[in-house]
Amino acid sequence: MPTCPASDCSPLDVADIKDIVASRIREAARLKQGVQLHGGNTKAFYGRNIQATPLSLTSHSGITEYEPSELYITARCGTRLSDIEQVIEKEKQILPFEPPHFGTAATLGGTVAAGLSGPRRVSSGGVRDSILGTEIFNGAGEYLRFGGKVMKNVAGYDASRLMCGSLGTLGILMSVTLRLLPKPQNEQTAVIAESSSGAIQKMNAWALTPMPITATFHDGENLYVRLAGPASVLEKCTASIGGELTDLGNRFWSEIKEQAHGVFLTDQPLWRIQVPPSTLPLDIAGPCAMEWNGALRWHATNTEASMIRRVANQAGGHASLFRGPEIKQVFDPLPPAVLELHKKLKRAFDPAGILNPGRMYPEF
Amino acid sequence: MNTQVSLSELTKRFHQVLPQDAVLVDKEQLHPYECDALTAYRQIPRVALLPGSAEQVRAAVEVCRELKLPIVARGAGTSLSGGALPHPDGVLLNFARLNKILEIDPQNRTATVEPGVRNLAISEAAKPFGLYYAPDPSSQIACTIGGNIAENSGGVHCLKYGLTVHNVLALKVLTIDGDILELGGKHLESPGYDLLALMNGSEGMLGVALEATVKLLPRPDGSKVLLAAFNRIQDAGNAVAAIISSGIIPAGLEMMDQFTIEATEQYCSPGYPADAAAILICELDGYEEELADQIKRVSTLLEQYQATEVHLAADEQEAETLWKGRKAAFPAMGNLSPDYYCMDGTIPRKHLAEVLEEIYALSEKFGLRVANVFHAGDGNLHPLILYDANQEGELEKAEEFGSEILQLCVRKGGTITGEHGVGVEKLDQMCVQFNTVELQTFNGIKSAFDEHGLLNPGKAIPTLHRCAEFGAMHVHQGKLPHANLPRF
Repeated sequence: MPTCPASDCSPLDVADIKDIVASRIREAARLKQGVQLHGGNTKAFYGRNIQATPLSLTSHSGITEYEPSELYITARCGTRLSDIEQVIEKEKQILPFEPPHFGTAATLGGTVAAGLSGPRRVSSGGVRDSILGTEIFNGAGEYLRFGGKVMKNVAGYDASRLMCGSLGTLGILMSVTLRLLPKPQNEQTAVIAESSSGAIQKMNAWALTPMPITATFHDGENLYVRLAGPASVLEKCTASIGGELTDLGNRFWSEIKEQAHGVFLTDQPLWRIQVPPSTLPLDIAGPCAMEWNGALRWHATNTEASMIRRVANQAGGHASLFRGPEIKQVFDPLPPAVLELHKKLKRAFDPAGILNPGRMYPEF
Repeated sequence: MNTQVSLSELTKRFHQVLPQDAVLVDKEQLHPYECDALTAYRQIPRVALLPGSAEQVRAAVEVCRELKLPIVARGAGTSLSGGALPHPDGVLLNFARLNKILEIDPQNRTATVEPGVRNLAISEAAKPFGLYYAPDPSSQIACTIGGNIAENSGGVHCLKYGLTVHNVLALKVLTIDGDILELGGKHLESPGYDLLALMNGSEGMLGVALEATVKLLPRPDGSKVLLAAFNRIQDAGNAVAAIISSGIIPAGLEMMDQFTIEATEQYCSPGYPADAAAILICELDGYEEELADQIKRVSTLLEQYQATEVHLAADEQEAETLWKGRKAAFPAMGNLSPDYYCMDGTIPRKHLAEVLEEIYALSEKFGLRVANVFHAGDGNLHPLILYDANQEGELEKAEEFGSEILQLCVRKGGTITGEHGVGVEKLDQMCVQFNTVELQTFNGIKSAFDEHGLLNPGKAIPTLHRCAEFGAMHVHQGKLPHANLPRF
């Protein structure tokens, strides 16, 4: 049995890495010692800080199956997101959820575990909507396969989607199969000067029409709308939304999703607030940016967490501290019955409670 | 399970919390609930309840919990896998009276409904706003949203618009412990684990839905339907892969084989080319400008892949006629055979042609006719095995045939059920698709929600004991003993 820590062992062949991970997990479970799973550490800021022995999964990498005509890709967790995007780009395909990378080292496993989606979520769904299957180690070091490679699959509970956004607290994502989409042949971005409330009204009015809007972003002053389709359709839609077509392209939207745009460059805590899309501007001090037709609001503010959550909850939504100083509850506290279920599910997957303990909530 | 409590005691307890007419105990009253659309399995429940409000559901479930009575929830009873098959010692919870549309919210494009609301009723209610609910299982006139969620139902348009799980935004779920979970919302994502996704397709094993909020979509600007005929089924299969590879996601892409074509022609004359080995029906939607371009590209591809005929429906009426044949495939089989058994495996598209060849070979082997009609775009097969239940041994033969098809799907990298669910029907095949630790994990999930196993017991997830038996039997005999007995 190999004994070196996985982070020191690359490059190794796949079987060795699996063995190492399994033995590390079994050992940790025996000693009841927490393990902190990580890929490229690009999303280390997200979730709660925990003290546990790091276990790097970056060396478990490589695309194992890619069938362009089947619209799916299977890759090991340590595969770089940029590598995947590059490979599928050659076949004119995309990841439907346009994930943020937050650094060149971003991996597939970390992306799915964090469950963060980018601008295109508004039209083609989030990470969870693209998950077809996963292979995981549970907290006992057992290797499990859920889901598969096909979109329609209702055999067994949807344990794959359960992994998505679970911040590595339920299992070690060793391999993931994702659904892909054809890359739109032509996309262009229109811009309109608009206030926040005007932008909310407009985005939700457009969403009642079949216009092929694949992203929306409002920075407080301007509303950016990405449209996909043949030129004739884009002209027609641009005319009906009353904006101007710009030459803003991939680079602009990449800056939005990577938060390299002005609004995100803040020293203040950055809150990620999700509300019903038509919710009026939230009464929170400081600058705000919006995505997803208004369903996602970014607030840079020093306002107290409890106050922000009250405002978000009253609007029928919730608030996560995306970047900022350490606080106990990064995510909205769960109602008691839901928290109890989380603890039971955690025990079902990770009886010794060793996988990223406390990363999501202090209780598990 | 509790069989100690007398029927009169049960009746008394339920009458305390439900109106008189909501508690059914007479054999004649229970008879309509003895099966769902998988009619080969029948069972009378001990009691059937017809609660008229969420509060009555809660009260009824509380009685069940206290008396340890198994609960089987039922919408319209259209399940094709026996998901709503009653438990002999238990309560059948019928949601027929919880059929109110609580809210259509055009601002946020959502509908909030009670679980007994019919799938199509949601789209009808949303129509004045130019919106609709996308998942459209073939039974959408009758099936309920509660059942759709339990089975994670698909339909002909899910290639482009997703399954139920992609279109449900929020659920209010009653747990067996009496807690009400509010999962999701009109926003897109929620804190914590994705319990909302977990509930979809959980076959009534984890909780009882009291309310659902679903996503509404704007109706496409326009749609067009193409029909293509092929002399060889392989060509049709390859054409499907080529269309998807070309970067076009049709709204629907359906395939029918020769036998099905003939049967539907006899049944409702949709005007399919009678001598074709296979046909494809391809629906495209979008703006007029982009449709013209897509039709041209798809037609060219179809011809490249040896389509003998490519026909564009001239108008909406003709498009409807073309779809009519596809949608009538099941009843058309009912016309040809006293019984048919509908399978539901999914495979990667590239294996379509070879899997069909193998299914025809199995048809020869078992001496039973098979019609193939399927959602080709997403590789979801619905082989219909024709048999006569009155002929001794034919049902067993049909089931065995079906089981071999599903195992073939698993071997090809697919799954035993694409959209109909496991129910009571595919428990044995679950043992083929999942290993012991995986099944244990499913049982762990079940226990987290329902420790005493009162919700829809005996469905969806096989016991390890059952799998051991199934595996052993396969090695030694290759067939199931006592296959005519109800199996749980």
